[in-house]
Amino acid sequence: MTTATTRTPTAQRAVGTAHTRVEGRDKVTGAARYAGDIPFAELAHGWLVLSSVARGRIRSLETAPVLGMPGVLAVLHHENAPRVDSDHIGLLGVPPEPTSVVFQHDRVPHMGWPVALVVAETSEQAREAAEALVVHYESEPHDVAFSGGHPDVYALDGHMPAVTEKGDLEAELAASAVVVDEEYTTPEEHHSPMEPHAAAARWDGGRLEVVDSNQGSTWVADGLAKLFSLDPESVRVRSEHVGGGFGSKGVRAHQVAAVMAATVLQRPVRVVLTRRQMFALAGYRSPTAQRIRLGADADGRLRALDHRSVNLTSTVHEFVEPSAGVARVMYDADAHHTANRVVRLDVPTPTWMRAPGEAPGSFALEAALDELAEKCGIDPIELRARNEPERGPVSGRPFSSRNLLACFREGARRFGWADRDPRPGLRREGRWLLGTGTAAASFPAGAGPSTAVVTAEADGTFTVRIAAADLGTGARTALTLVAADALEVTTDRVRVRIGDSDFGPAMIAGGSMGTRSWAWAITAAAGELRERLALGAAVPPEGITVRSDTTAAIGALAQKERHSFGAQFAEVAVDVATGEVRVRRMLGVFAAGRIVNPLTARSQFVGGMIWGVSMALHEEAVRDLASGGHVGADLAGYHVATHADVQRIEADWIDDPDPDDPVGIKGIGEIGIVGAAAAIANAVWHATGVRHRSLPIRPDRVLPAGTGALRA
Amino acid sequence: MREFGYRRVSDVATAVAVLDAEPHARFLGGGTNLVDLMKTGVERPALLIDVRELPLDRIESTEGGGLRIGATVTNSDLAAHPEVRRRYPALTQAVLAGASGQLRNMATVGGNLLQRTRCGYFADVNKPCNKRVPGSGCPAVEGEHHNHAILGASGHCVAVHPSDMGVALTAFDAAVSYESADGPGELPLAEFYLPVGDTPHLETALPPGALITGVTLPAAPVAARSRYRKVRERASYAFAIGSIAAALDVRDGVVRDARLAFGAVASRPWRARAAEEVLVGAPADATTFAAAADAELAAAKPLPRNGYKVTLMHNLVVSELTALAEGVAR
Amino acid sequence: MAPSTSSAITLNINGEKFTLTVDHRTTLLDALRERLDLTGTKKGCDQGQCGACTVLLDGRRAVSCLQLAVAAEGREITTIEGVAEGERLHPVQQAFLDLDGFQCGYCTPGQICSAVAVIQEHAAGWPSAVTDDVRPEAGPPPLTDDEIRERMSGNLCRCGAYVSIVQAVARAAASEEQDKGAAA
Repeated sequence: MTTATTRTPTAQRAVGTAHTRVEGRDKVTGAARYAGDIPFAELAHGWLVLSSVARGRIRSLETAPVLGMPGVLAVLHHENAPRVDSDHIGLLGVPPEPTSVVFQHDRVPHMGWPVALVVAETSEQAREAAEALVVHYESEPHDVAFSGGHPDVYALDGHMPAVTEKGDLEAELAASAVVVDEEYTTPEEHHSPMEPHAAAARWDGGRLEVVDSNQGSTWVADGLAKLFSLDPESVRVRSEHVGGGFGSKGVRAHQVAAVMAATVLQRPVRVVLTRRQMFALAGYRSPTAQRIRLGADADGRLRALDHRSVNLTSTVHEFVEPSAGVARVMYDADAHHTANRVVRLDVPTPTWMRAPGEAPGSFALEAALDELAEKCGIDPIELRARNEPERGPVSGRPFSSRNLLACFREGARRFGWADRDPRPGLRREGRWLLGTGTAAASFPAGAGPSTAVVTAEADGTFTVRIAAADLGTGARTALTLVAADALEVTTDRVRVRIGDSDFGPAMIAGGSMGTRSWAWAITAAAGELRERLALGAAVPPEGITVRSDTTAAIGALAQKERHSFGAQFAEVAVDVATGEVRVRRMLGVFAAGRIVNPLTARSQFVGGMIWGVSMALHEEAVRDLASGGHVGADLAGYHVATHADVQRIEADWIDDPDPDDPVGIKGIGEIGIVGAAAAIANAVWHATGVRHRSLPIRPDRVLPAGTGALRA
Repeated sequence: MREFGYRRVSDVATAVAVLDAEPHARFLGGGTNLVDLMKTGVERPALLIDVRELPLDRIESTEGGGLRIGATVTNSDLAAHPEVRRRYPALTQAVLAGASGQLRNMATVGGNLLQRTRCGYFADVNKPCNKRVPGSGCPAVEGEHHNHAILGASGHCVAVHPSDMGVALTAFDAAVSYESADGPGELPLAEFYLPVGDTPHLETALPPGALITGVTLPAAPVAARSRYRKVRERASYAFAIGSIAAALDVRDGVVRDARLAFGAVASRPWRARAAEEVLVGAPADATTFAAAADAELAAAKPLPRNGYKVTLMHNLVVSELTALAEGVAR
Repeated sequence: MAPSTSSAITLNINGEKFTLTVDHRTTLLDALRERLDLTGTKKGCDQGQCGACTVLLDGRRAVSCLQLAVAAEGREITTIEGVAEGERLHPVQQAFLDLDGFQCGYCTPGQICSAVAVIQEHAAGWPSAVTDDVRPEAGPPPLTDDEIRERMSGNLCRCGAYVSIVQAVARAAASEEQDKGAAA
C-alpha cells in the first residue's frame, strides 16, 4: 500500500502545451490494431451482397449452389436471418437507420441495399461466393434525380425547426438598394475515411462482444442491444483505434450482419465493407440546392436575408442536412427567413458528415456575402463587420462569446489582406490568374452527458476510463492532458483508456462535442478523486475509484447561442485555358474555445481546411439516373485531395476560453471545413471574374466559364 | 474473384506455349490493372501466367539511333533511364504523370499498352457495357460521360484509353513487338489499337495468344525537344481528362518537324496527324498553332457534357507548342 | 486437368522467412494481415487507389493489394513492422511522430513506407512529374516541398495530415543527408 499525492510542486499545466500523440509510437510502427486487425481463433469471414436494382423486391435467391462452394458456411438473407427489433429510439434520439437493419423483408428501397451475407472460412471464399449468388428481383421504376425544384420537396425539422421567419421579406427586398439572388449547389459527398467499416462479433460466455470501428462504443452497444433485444449489460463493444469516421461510423449494416452470423454459426465472424460498398452503406452528405436572397442598403447593412436549402433523403428514413441553419447564427436582417426542405428519392439515406449543415450552408451564404460585398463596393470583411449581430438573429439569445471579428482582424493581418485590390482578374503569373478570398466560419459548441471513471492506482499512477473514441482527433492525448491537470500530476502518471462500452455511457465523437464532453466528465471525477486523496487517504491495492456523470451539470447550462467562430482566407491560381485551379495558400484563424493540445489541434483545424479544399475543387459522387447507382464509386472515381493539392495551409487561433466549460473547451472538429469552400470560390472569382456557384469547381466548369465577366 | 491457377515462366517460348494451351489464361505483369479487374469481376481468368521474370527488362539503343524497350521494364525504370530522358523527355514526363510511385514500380510497359479503360460503366459488372458484354449497350452516351471521348468514338462506346505512356509512344511512332504461337511479329502503334466501330470489345490487333515482348522507338531527333502535359481533376494521382505529347523542331522561325498526340480523348492514344500536317513548313507562331489545333479538332464529336475537352485540347496544343517554340524545358 | 488453385510458397518478410500455402487469389496484403499477423499494413481501398497498403518489394515501394502473394515469392518484402531498427525508430517514423504527420493513423504505415522509398528514389536521381527539366544533363532535382508532395501523392490521407507529412519527409530526408555527409 502506498500513499498517493497528487501535488507535484513543479507540475506545469499540461493543457495548452504541445504533446505528441500518446498512441503515436504504435501508429508509426504499425503496432496499433484497428477493428479489422484483431485476430480471433476460428474467425469466419462475412461478405455482404448488395442489391443491383434501385427499387423493387427480392423474388428469390439461389442459395443452394453458393452453399456448395468451398468453405461456405452460411448465406443469411431475409428468409432465414434472425429477426431484430427496429422499433426503438437510439441514444441520439433517432430510430435505427433502415439500411443497417438487414435481412428483415424483401423490399429493396435503393441500389446497394444489403440483400445477403455470405459467410465462409476465408475472405477469398466468401467474396467469390458472394459474387456468385444469383438474386432475382422484381424491379420497379425509380427516381434518383435530385433538384431543388423537385415537386415532392417538403419542409422537415431535424434537430432544429425547418422554417424560421421574421419580418416581411418581399417588402425589405423591394426596399433594398442592393440585392443578391442566386442559387448555389453542392454535390453528393462521401466521408471516405481511410479505414473501411469493419466489425468482428462473437459470443463469449453469454455476452456479445463486438470489436468495431466506431464513433461511440456505448452508442453502438446500445443500438445492437436494442436491435437484438439483449440486456445492455450483455453487450460489449470495443473500438480502440478508429481510422477516421467523420460522421459515418455508427450502427451500420456490417455490425448487424456480423452479429447475426456469429449468432447463427456460434463462432466469431468479421464483416468488412469494401470501398465500393461504403459508397452505398456508410452514409454520405446529401447534395444541396440552396437559394440565397440578400437585400442591403447601399452601405451593406442587411435588410433582408433568405436562405432556403433543399436536400435529398431516402424513402425509408428522413434526414435533413440543415444548411440554412448557419444563417440563423451568422447574420441578422430586418426580414430574416430560413428553411430546410427535403425530397425523398430512391437512394441510400444520407447522414451527418463533418459539419453537417454548416459545410454546404456556409458555402452558399458566405459566397453570397462576397457577391453582396462586390455589389456594394465594400470590403468583404468590412461587410461582415457591419452586419455583426448583437444576439442570435433568430433565437434572440445572447452569444456565450463571439470573437468572429477578432479572427478576421488577426487573419487579415497575417494574410496580408490590407494590400488586396478588390477588382477581379488583374493578377497574372505565367499561365495562372491569381486571386484571394475570405469567408466566415461558425459551428455550434455543445456538450453531451458522459460518465468517466478515474482510479488512483497503488503505484502512484492514475487510470482514466471513458467510452470516448479517438478518430484521429487526438482525443486520447487531449484527455490525458486534461486529466493530468485535473489531478495536478504530470502526464506520464496518467493512462487514459477509451473505446470500450464497459466504461459506461459517454458522448459520441461527433458534433465537435466529444473532447469537451469527455473532458468535463474526467475533470469532475478527477477533481473529486483529488479531494479524497488530499485528505491523505492511503491507496489500497485495488486503487481508489471515482465515477462522474455530467448529465445534471450539462442540463443546467443556461440557454445561449454557443458557437465557435473563424475566418478563412484563401489564395488560388486558376489557369482558365485548362480549367485547373490550385489553392496556393490558406489561413484559418479560429476562436474555438481553449485549445488543449496545440500540436494536434493545429492538425485538426488544417485537416478540416483540407476538407474544404477537397470539397471546393474535387469531391462529387455521381449517380447514374438510369440504373440509380453510382458511377465510379471508388477512390479513383471519387477524388479527395491528395498531397499535391495541398500547398501552404496554416491554422491558428485566438484566446477564446468558453466561460461555462470547466476546461474552457468549445470544440474544434468541424469548424475547419466551414467557410473554406466559400473562401476558395470567392478567390476563384477574384482571380477570374467568374462566380462559380456549383461545387466542385472543376475544369469542366472553369474552362467553359473562362473569364466571362471580364470580357463583357 | 474466381479461383485460378498460377504459373511463373522464365522464357518467352514457354509463356506463349502455356497460353496457347489454356485459352482462358492471362499474362500477369505488374498486375496493377489485371488484379483490380479480377477483383471487380470484369476479368475472370482460369490461369495467370506470370511473365514478370521474363528476360525482357532491358532498355537498349538500336543501331538506327532509337531505343528498344523490353516489355517487362517497369514504368519507373523507363522514366528514370538516362537515354529516355535525353532523347524522348516527353516519354519520361508522360510516365511520371501516370498513377503513383508505387504503381509505377509495379506496372510494366507491356501491361501499360494493354490496360483497359477506366470508364465507370466498364468497371461495374452490374451495369451494361458493350466493351465488357458486347451488345448490352453503352449507358455513358446518355449518362455520366464528362470524361469520355470526343474523337473516334461511336454510339457503341465512348470510353477513353487511360494511358499516359502510350500517348508519348504514339507521338514518337513506336512499334510493338510480340511473340505468338505463329512466331514473332511487329505492329506500329498506329495500327495496334483497333477503331471502336461496333466492336468496342476488340481493342487491339495483337494476334490471339500473343505476348508483347517490347516496344521499339525509332530515332526521332525532334523528340529531344518534347513535352508532355496532363490535365486532371486533382493535381496528381488521377487519370487525365486531357493530355498531350508534343515535339517541335523549329529553324529560322519555320516548323521543320512536329509530333502531336492526345490522351484521354479517344479509345486509343490519338495521333494528331492533321495538326502535324498544318504545322510542318508553317511559321512557328500562335496562328499556326491554333490552326493546327482546329484542323485536328474539326473531327471532334463531343457529347452533351464533355464539350469542354475540345477547348481544352485546343488550348493545350497552342500552349505546349508555344512553350516548345520558346525553348521552355517543360 | 484444372490447374491447382493454391501453392505452397515461402515469403521473405523483414528478413524472416515464412512458409505457407496460399490460395492464388490471396493478395500479399491479405497474406500479411490474415495469415502472418502482420497487420501494420492497412487495407484502405483494395484497388490501388489509396496507398494505405504500401510496402517495399526488393527495396521499392509497391501497393500490396494488387500484388498477389504467390507472385511475391522470391522477393524481399519490407513492411512497416520492419522499418525501425529494433527499438530505434527510422528517421521517417520519428519525424512523423514529432511533427504530428498523422491523425487517425490508418494511412500512416503506407505513408511512412512510401516516404522511405521517396527519399531513396530522390537520392538515386529519379525525376518526378514536377521536375522542371527531366534530361539527365539537368542533374537531380532538389527535394523541394513540391517534389515531396508530387512523389507522395499516391498516399491519400483523408484526415488531411498532408502539411505535416511533407514537413516530416523533408526533415527525415535532411537528417539522412546529414548522416551521409557525416559518414563521408
